Amino acid sequence: MGGSAGSLEVLLRVLSEVRSDLSFPIIIVVHRKHGADSLLPSLLASRTRLIVKEADEKEMIVAGTVYVAPSDYHLLIEQDRTFSLDYSEKINYSRPAIDATFQTAAEVYKNKLVCLLLSGSNADGVIGLKCVKAWGGQAVIQDPASAQVAYMPEQAKLQVEIDRILGIEDIAEFINLLS
Amino acid sequence: MISDEQVEMLISDLLEQYGYDFTGYSRASLKRRISRLYSLDKALSFAEFRYHIYNDQAYFKRFVEQITVNVTEMFRDPSFFKTLRDVVLPKLGTYPFIRIWLAGCSTGEEAYSISIMLKELNLLHKSLIYATDLNPAVLEKAAHGMFAMSQMKQYSENYILSGGTQDFSTYYTANYSLAKFDEELKQKIIFSTHNLVSDHSFNEFQLILCRNVLIYFERDLQHNVLDLFDESLEDLGYLALGTKETVDFSRIAKRYKRLPGHKIWRKVDHEGM
Repeated sequence: MGGSAGSLEVLLRVLSEVRSDLSFPIIIVVHRKHGADSLLPSLLASRTRLIVKEADEKEMIVAGTVYVAPSDYHLLIEQDRTFSLDYSEKINYSRPAIDATFQTAAEVYKNKLVCLLLSGSNADGVIGLKCVKAWGGQAVIQDPASAQVAYMPEQAKLQVEIDRILGIEDIAEFINLLS
Repeated sequence: MISDEQVEMLISDLLEQYGYDFTGYSRASLKRRISRLYSLDKALSFAEFRYHIYNDQAYFKRFVEQITVNVTEMFRDPSFFKTLRDVVLPKLGTYPFIRIWLAGCSTGEEAYSISIMLKELNLLHKSLIYATDLNPAVLEKAAHGMFAMSQMKQYSENYILSGGTQDFSTYYTANYSLAKFDEELKQKIIFSTHNLVSDHSFNEFQLILCRNVLIYFERDLQHNVLDLFDESLEDLGYLALGTKETVDFSRIAKRYKRLPGHKIWRKVDHEGM
C-alpha cells in the first residue's frame, strides 16, 4: 500500500479493521518528512494486533506482519523475499518512493501481488502500478472521490488499467478476503 | 527493460574484463541502477549496451559511476555528527595523532564535514582523513571541494543542528553556482581509490566511517567488509555505520560495544568492558 498526503487516516482505519490472522504480509510506503523517524510504525501498531515494524535491510518478509518503509530510504524487495534499502536519488521528490517498492515487488510476487494506491498529491506509484500489471499483479486504488487529495489515485486511474476502485470503508474488507 | 539474467551477464563481464566484483551486491538496487542507465543512454539493444561496456573503457567508467549510488550531503543526520563532535572526536583528541578512514566517501561531502569539525575542535593539525571510494570519477569531484551553492542553506542548517557555532559561510567562497571550500580543509584529507570488495586493509585507524554503503551489499559481503574494518581499527577505536546498518549478527559483534542510541560502535579488547 502506498500513499502520500491524506493517506494516514485511511491507513489507520484500514489497519483497525484488518483481521489479525493474515496469510500474507502488508508493506506500507508513505511519504513523510525525513526525521519523523519511528513514529509511524508505532502509530499504526496502536490500531491492530498484527505485528507492525519498520522494515530492516536483509529482513525476511513473513506473513502476518505489517512492514513500514523507513524514512529517507527507498524500500526494495529482493528475489529471495528479503528487503533491501537504497539511498539513491529521490524519485518523484520522494524517498521512500512508492514506485521503487511497487516495481521491485511486482517482479518478485508477480500475480500474487496486490498494490493499493491511496490519497496523495503527486503521481508517485503510478509507474509502479503499471509495472505491477505487466507482471500479472492487481492494481487497486482508493476511490479518488473519497480521497483527501485525489491526484495520486486519479492519475493512476487515468494511466493504468485498474482492477478495483474502493471507497475507504471497503478497503479492509477487500484485504480480509484476499488469501 | 533489463532482466535478471542480463544483470548477471553484466556482473560477470565486469569481473572478467575489468576485475570489478559486483557479485556480492544486492540485486534489486543494482538492477534498478542498470535499468536507469540503460534507458538514460537510450541503448538500442541490450547486446549493444553490453558490448559498449565490455569494450569501451570510457563507457565502462561511466557505467560504474552510474550504477553505484553517490548521493550524499554535508552533516547528513546532524545528530550523528553531534555525537562525533561531542563524544568521539574529543576522545580521539587525547591521541598524539588521529587517523580516520571514510570508506565509500563518494563526492566528499562527509570528508569536508569531518574536517570542519576537527578544525573547530583544534584537532585538524594532528589528523589525517583517508577518504576512499571505488569510483575514481567521484574522487576527482571530491578533491575539487566544490559543491552546489543551492545546497548551502540545507548544509548550513545541518551544520548548526550538529552543534556547529560558526557562520557556515566562512568555510567557502561562492563562485557562481558553486561553493568552493577552503584549501585548509582538504590539506588533511587523502582521497584515494579503494574497493571494499577486493582491496585489503591499508592502515590502522581510530575511527572508521562507512555510512549507507553496506546496504548495497548482500549479507556475506557485509560480513567480509566488517571483518576488513575490524582488521583496520585499533583497540578502543570507533566504527560508525548508517542509520539502518548494524554490526549485530556479524562475526565481529562480540568485540563491539554500541554507543547507546547511535550507530557508532567502540572496539573493546575483551567482552564486558
